[in-house]
Amino acid sequence: MNFAVLVFPGSNCDVDMYKAVLDTIEQSVEYVWHLETDLSKYDAILVPGGFSYGDYLRPGAVASLSPVMEQVKIAAEEGKLILGVCNGFQILTEANLLPGALRRNQRLKFHCDFIDLVVENNQTPFTLDYQEGETIRIPIAHGDGNYYCDQETLDELEKNNQIVFRYKGTNPNGSISEIAGVINERGNVLGLMPHPERAVHKWLGTDDGKRMFSSILSYWRKQYGTA
Amino acid sequence: MFKATVYVTLRESVLDPQGNAVHESLHSLGYDEVGDVRIGKYMELEIKSDDQKAAEERVKDMCEKLLANTVIEDFRFDLTKQEG
Repeated sequence: MNFAVLVFPGSNCDVDMYKAVLDTIEQSVEYVWHLETDLSKYDAILVPGGFSYGDYLRPGAVASLSPVMEQVKIAAEEGKLILGVCNGFQILTEANLLPGALRRNQRLKFHCDFIDLVVENNQTPFTLDYQEGETIRIPIAHGDGNYYCDQETLDELEKNNQIVFRYKGTNPNGSISEIAGVINERGNVLGLMPHPERAVHKWLGTDDGKRMFSSILSYWRKQYGTA
Repeated sequence: MFKATVYVTLRESVLDPQGNAVHESLHSLGYDEVGDVRIGKYMELEIKSDDQKAAEERVKDMCEKLLANTVIEDFRFDLTKQEG
């Protein structure tokens, strides 16, 4: 399986993402600069965290208009797997690949900590190896993770089971309905604020993020065999 | 040539945590008459065009595509003619 890790000016979790793919599932992975205009060789596209374009205007707003994002939209239409973490999630909402938007944290503070998440939907290509309702521990590090959508969109998300992760206990950013991660209706584009790529070894404090990568590979193998 | 002044604010329905913090600070200074506070962005754009109607259309497009995120933000703008 071939993974791409997109790199924008200001990305800073690209190396973590790259190494997480190698360390957890040992698949082919390459960095892809934001000016690239061909993603056809990749099976999954990872949009990493950071501060693309210095968060100018709004987090993810400028990056969402990068040339590579046109290709990401095409890949999404083709049903390829796309995962956005933190700033990657912000970029995917700004690109309209995911519903809603990420606002400033309710208490206006950048929040960096380990938090508990509930896996609300384990029927996605990204969460197959988790149990439904399971609590997992994953770090967060963001100042703009306060997910918002209007009531109509929230009803849709609930109805289609598109809320994949919720914060358990204290909500670190004030997001609507405790949302930490959502998937598109088709089920191939996931965005979340917590960082599974920083949670792939016990010595990192938790390895609960590993199974996101193993899920992606299991799903892909079910679709296309063990190539 | 026109100057477009663009104002972007969070929608009424969206909680504005910065606005709330400033509201509380103003009250702590004794400005009890201050009600709701909304914080937004102000932008000045130089528009190279002679056609006001066309310029308005273009600036509206810019707001919808980039300058505002209409999921959470409202925008308005004014165009003023510039000499030269």
